[in-house]
Amino acid sequence: MTTELSVNAGTLPRRSLFHRHGWHIAIMALAAIVSMPLLLIFSGWLQAENEVWRHLSETVLADLVGNTLVLLVGVMLGVLLLGVGLAWLTALCDFPGRCFFDWALMLPLAVPAYVLAFVALGVLDYAGPLQTQLRSLFGDGVWFPQIRSTGGVISVLVLVLYPYVYMLTRSAFLTQGQGTLEAARILGLGSWGGFFKVALPMARPAIVAGTSLALMETLADFGTVAVFNYDTFTTAIYKAWFGLFNLQAASQLASLLLLFVALALIAEGRLRGRARYHETGCRSPQQRHHLVGVRAWLATLAAASLFGLAFVFPVLQLLLWAWEVVRNDLDSRYLALLWHTLLLGSLAAVLTVCGALLLAFAKRYRDDAVNSVAVRIATLGYAMPGSVLAIGVMLTFTGIDNFINALWRLFGNAASGQLLGGTVAALLMAYLVRFLAVAFGPIDSGLGRIRPSIAEAARSLGAAPRGLLQRVYLPLLRPGLLTALLLVLVDVMKEMPATQLLRPFGWDTLAVRIYEMTSEGEWERAALPAITLILAGLLPVIYLVRRSGHDTPSPQASPKEPMNKSGRRWV
Amino acid sequence: MKNLTCSLLTLFALATATPAVSADEEIVVYSARKEHLIKPLFDAYSKMSGVEIIYITDKAGPFLARLKAEGANTPADMLITVDAGNLWQAAEQGVLAHVDSKALNSNIPTHLRDPDNRWFGLSVRARTIVYSTERVKKRELSSYEDLADPKWKGRLCLRTSKKVYNQSLVATMIDRLGEKKTEQVVKGWVGNLAVPPFSDDTRTMKAIVAGQCDVGIVNTYYFGRLQKKDPGVKLALFWPNQKKSGVHVNVSGAGITRHAKHKAAAIKLLEWLSSAEAQKLFAGLNMEYPANPKVKPDPKVAAWGEFKGDDSNIAKAGALQRKAVMLMDRAGYR
Repeated sequence: MTTELSVNAGTLPRRSLFHRHGWHIAIMALAAIVSMPLLLIFSGWLQAENEVWRHLSETVLADLVGNTLVLLVGVMLGVLLLGVGLAWLTALCDFPGRCFFDWALMLPLAVPAYVLAFVALGVLDYAGPLQTQLRSLFGDGVWFPQIRSTGGVISVLVLVLYPYVYMLTRSAFLTQGQGTLEAARILGLGSWGGFFKVALPMARPAIVAGTSLALMETLADFGTVAVFNYDTFTTAIYKAWFGLFNLQAASQLASLLLLFVALALIAEGRLRGRARYHETGCRSPQQRHHLVGVRAWLATLAAASLFGLAFVFPVLQLLLWAWEVVRNDLDSRYLALLWHTLLLGSLAAVLTVCGALLLAFAKRYRDDAVNSVAVRIATLGYAMPGSVLAIGVMLTFTGIDNFINALWRLFGNAASGQLLGGTVAALLMAYLVRFLAVAFGPIDSGLGRIRPSIAEAARSLGAAPRGLLQRVYLPLLRPGLLTALLLVLVDVMKEMPATQLLRPFGWDTLAVRIYEMTSEGEWERAALPAITLILAGLLPVIYLVRRSGHDTPSPQASPKEPMNKSGRRWV
Repeated sequence: MKNLTCSLLTLFALATATPAVSADEEIVVYSARKEHLIKPLFDAYSKMSGVEIIYITDKAGPFLARLKAEGANTPADMLITVDAGNLWQAAEQGVLAHVDSKALNSNIPTHLRDPDNRWFGLSVRARTIVYSTERVKKRELSSYEDLADPKWKGRLCLRTSKKVYNQSLVATMIDRLGEKKTEQVVKGWVGNLAVPPFSDDTRTMKAIVAGQCDVGIVNTYYFGRLQKKDPGVKLALFWPNQKKSGVHVNVSGAGITRHAKHKAAAIKLLEWLSSAEAQKLFAGLNMEYPANPKVKPDPKVAAWGEFKGDDSNIAKAGALQRKAVMLMDRAGYR
């Protein structure tokens, strides 16, 4: 089915058989696939679970909702400040070390949130080496911020999630024409004014896409908050399921979470109104704003300290811990773990990006009610806690299996047992449902910046639909596509609960290995798979960064034009 | 586009290739016990008997949902999990089969298995009191209930109530003391906490060592691991409630699935796991107590001293778990 869909994505509608309804059919098929597990989760409402609801609302629910809101606001402010601020600095200013930080600031993306959480707690909590050392130097009364606190959880999440905003906003700033900013300056805006009144509003789709990814991940997170024992709405879901053994009530809670996300996204869409964000006019190479003196060094300091906290610190600590156990724990199975991790990640990335391309094109060509609802549904999965989503996918596939087996028996054959459940297909489906939003964000905001007149011009010059896609859209979309591929790849590599439930026999991954250790409180032994995971995740990040730094094509340039070798096209 | 189509087709071919799981000489296991604690046993059994064991690890909850959904089509023959609460729930939801085996009945004492023989405890851990040998005198301690006494104000550390081990502990207290009294005790604990509950037992003990608090409640094997790493650690175990009910014990255990395809072979494996030979390794790998009373615990474990364990049937912990969770929520125990 997916192959057929991707072909549809390739054939633009003008002369296709689906002239009228092609986009509707394709996009609704995709939304149907994606929403099947979600529907199963919503079906939890078919059974009333009053007792659990009464209990939760009488005891913990108010606190959990409050905690969740605080967490969302904190993470939002944090990722906006760091993500947008740093993107502005590295994309449009110049300061010592800019070339390094430009890509280095994306690296924390490879650090799973739960890993940073246990490293931070291990080192910084009261019993950790740092505070112990401080106490031995200055006595017991020495003050240190409480790590296992709201502030602690927010900091950890911000440090691992800001790259979403940073990456998307950075590429939006890079593709913004100098003309617009120059016009603003001529009309009397200072550099701050230009930032707030022109650059920022123009980058809004990218900023919103990045921030909503960060917030959806925050909502779905269980691993990080569990390390801190910080109770959020997901805690209630898990409590209903694992503590009260009530999967129905858990599904009901989870579906409320989805509803909340859907409403928030719709509200943002309304606020944005019918505004369009195409680039207009020719783009000339950007002039970087040269920071000098104290301001330059402050910029360097900000970038360096963030990079240190979010990346250097966890990596060094993990290396130290891993060193202690490497002799006993490292065996040939690590190669298999690594291979499975990379293979699943790449397959899921390709599949998910194809799905996202389909969604984004459908939305561009037929931006009507049907399509926009379908897009909303298809991208909801990211806000769903992994375990609950995995159950939805599992139920879908075992349902199909049971149905086929029943048919099989009807014809007098022996049952064949599992067909789809417990196969890579089930797992990839879970990844598709969960990460479609991640791929959709960068592709959609990239597509939004391509003026329709470019495609129109190509068509009037005789480009066939396929040629249009291959020679116009894909090259122009390249940075967005690469970002989408990378984000999904890295996210899938870090994904834990769905992989655990749906992986076929023998398909253990690094994330599974990390869970095996952390769930037993063996942080040092978890460091070995964790550092392997981070290093493996770095490869695609660095690859992407090198590519996107070198060949961000501009609309007026032919895609075949030789690229500027220095990679400093925008300087 | 062609490339894309090709790769997607390959992907589907790959994805739809079902794993072969129907040869005679194999057993399929769903294990919520961690791989490094179970694989050595499987390896030993395969070497001895020639039977191949295919296994996958996850948490108990997802496995339970999976077994229920797969129904008669499940590939799994055996479910291994930790905590009586999870085992009870698996039996309750009808995914485990009744097993009649002389060997199992004689190897595993009645209070460590399901009254209907649908699951069998394979290793025993005590959830007991741990204290700082620097700041607490042994005679100050007496029972779990006593930790609710105001004399421990600001001196107690606990792991989160979301962990099933604490749920089982409180469930057995409900069984013994009734809900009202238990709720008072748990409220007392919460009032005595020095810091908010920790995510795991190891952190709880490290907080005691660092001086954040003086006493806590942990599983014995976590203490064993810490002691192994740091033999001079200034902590000790205390066996509470020795005059009456005894220390709260819990098990890790296993059962045969209702729709097992290799039932006879799986029962043989389960019998072997309960035998003297396997029990030494099973408990020893994780510094637990063997469930088979004929087998002596590891010398390091035995060094913690003899104790009287709670010998009422641990299935009760499962039956009362729901009540326990709700009680802890009411008491404000996070």
